[in-house]
Amino acid sequence: MAPILSISDLSKTYDTGFQALKTVSLEIEKGEIFALLGPNGAGKTTLISIVCGIVNASSGTVTVDGNDIVRDYRAARSLIGLVPQELTTDAFESVWATVSFSRGLFGKPKAPEIVEKVLRDLSLWDKKDSKLVTLSGGMKRRVLIAKALAHEPRVLFLDEPTAGVDVELRRDMWRVIRELRDTGVTIILTTHYIEEAEEMADRVGVINKGEIVLVEEKAELMRKLGRKQLALHLAVPLAAVPDGLSAHNLELSDDGEELIYTYDTTGERTGITTLLQDLNATGIRFRDLQTRQSSLEEIFVNLVRTPS
Amino acid sequence: MNIHAIKAIYRFEMARTGRTLFQSIVSPVISTSLYFVVFGAAIGSRIAEVDGVSYGAFIVPGLIMLSLLTQSVSNASFGIYFPRFTGTIYEVLSAPVSYLEIVIAYVGAAATKAIIVGLIILATAALFVPLEIQHPGWMLLFLLLTAVTFSLLGFIIGIWADNFEKLQFVPMLIITPLAFLGGSFYSISMLPPFWQKVTLFNPVVYLISGFRWSFYGQADVGVGVSLAMTLLFLGLCLAVIWWIFRTGYRLKS
Repeated sequence: MAPILSISDLSKTYDTGFQALKTVSLEIEKGEIFALLGPNGAGKTTLISIVCGIVNASSGTVTVDGNDIVRDYRAARSLIGLVPQELTTDAFESVWATVSFSRGLFGKPKAPEIVEKVLRDLSLWDKKDSKLVTLSGGMKRRVLIAKALAHEPRVLFLDEPTAGVDVELRRDMWRVIRELRDTGVTIILTTHYIEEAEEMADRVGVINKGEIVLVEEKAELMRKLGRKQLALHLAVPLAAVPDGLSAHNLELSDDGEELIYTYDTTGERTGITTLLQDLNATGIRFRDLQTRQSSLEEIFVNLVRTPS
Repeated sequence: MNIHAIKAIYRFEMARTGRTLFQSIVSPVISTSLYFVVFGAAIGSRIAEVDGVSYGAFIVPGLIMLSLLTQSVSNASFGIYFPRFTGTIYEVLSAPVSYLEIVIAYVGAAATKAIIVGLIILATAALFVPLEIQHPGWMLLFLLLTAVTFSLLGFIIGIWADNFEKLQFVPMLIITPLAFLGGSFYSISMLPPFWQKVTLFNPVVYLISGFRWSFYGQADVGVGVSLAMTLLFLGLCLAVIWWIFRTGYRLKS
């Protein structure tokens, strides 16, 4: 299947000389939720801004469903909806007026029934006559999503969609995003919340210092990079790891009550059987054991810490 | 052509006028009425006729032009500056609209508002002084061309300005003095010969002269020259806007 968004060798150097993107290439499949993770200043917003036409690229090409964003900008942009990071709204417009404005701006004729559906889906219907200045931050975020959806885009960019949004609203927004994906909309979101990517994304891309460090299926990423740990709760605390177990690269907790064994789930042998045999041989008894997998957050932190 | 986008921006801008009705419409009418009270009735009655026209009637085209220029510039500059200031410009930049469509929408709305104000002032003036319009077609043409040209200038200022002070700077310190010194309240033939020549470097002279000719059939400079100068200034503004969009100046990084 042809990708709906194709980015090739995209680079951006600002007038200040700051190189925000260094030959980035990326393909997004139709209908997926793609999470772009990266620390502050990594180039996430610059990348989105170039695709949406707000920032000019220094070099490289971007196509949206085969339409070049410069040459065929009308066709490309009419397929895209953008929810910006900042809560930028007009103060004195009503919710209904501002969402209708966005639909017209993107070249679509008036369609009150579509605007109504978008507002209802985002639980904004009872606020349709409210002035934007009277809305809370979370509600304004919903209005921005409604504006981005008003022209029925096929690709939706969400730049930090749940920044500053309370937990309940965040879960509500995740539901909305999933429902959108179910209607065939491709979703690309940038986020600081690893939990968000872990919860939502089909694929994850990590960007750091203007370069895509990694693009992977989320499940595959977790499997590949996910280290698993086996924690053994000892019956009698130890002062140090016994010499007989030194081959296993164990860590002892500060209180000496827990031995932690880290292993690779993808390896042919995890070494657990040998470890348990050696524990038995050295006479170390344990009360309980548990395993835990690295979260995406740990994976992410490890990736961006590594010099690229 | 993305007609829906032009309509959306145009309506949005006109709705803003509706919300600020007092500032947009009522305030220029009040200030113009004050001009008539002061210059038309109080002082004007002591001033002799100018080229066979009573002074009160003589200043009408100049007063309309004065308002038209300042309204066009301030409407258009504010219209494009404010979304830049609040950040909502992202939506216009990311929409499938051409630069031409953006200019038509913003400048069209600003010019419409200025023309409405101009016509209201004309109607207000008719309450104070007897008016005649010898060439109504030309009057409307000058009204339209001037409103569009100075709305284009306002659009440029709104993109150039990066703070509110700069936004006010050009209308206050350039447009208003040029309009006052461009023959709003006098015929340039009243000036000493040297200043008559200097005045010809003021582009507003040609606008006011042409506009006054459409009312009373008399002008400081030929109506053809007035029209040519207006069109020249219009072309100049269009060229600057073309450059702005081509380079993304102050709009795109």
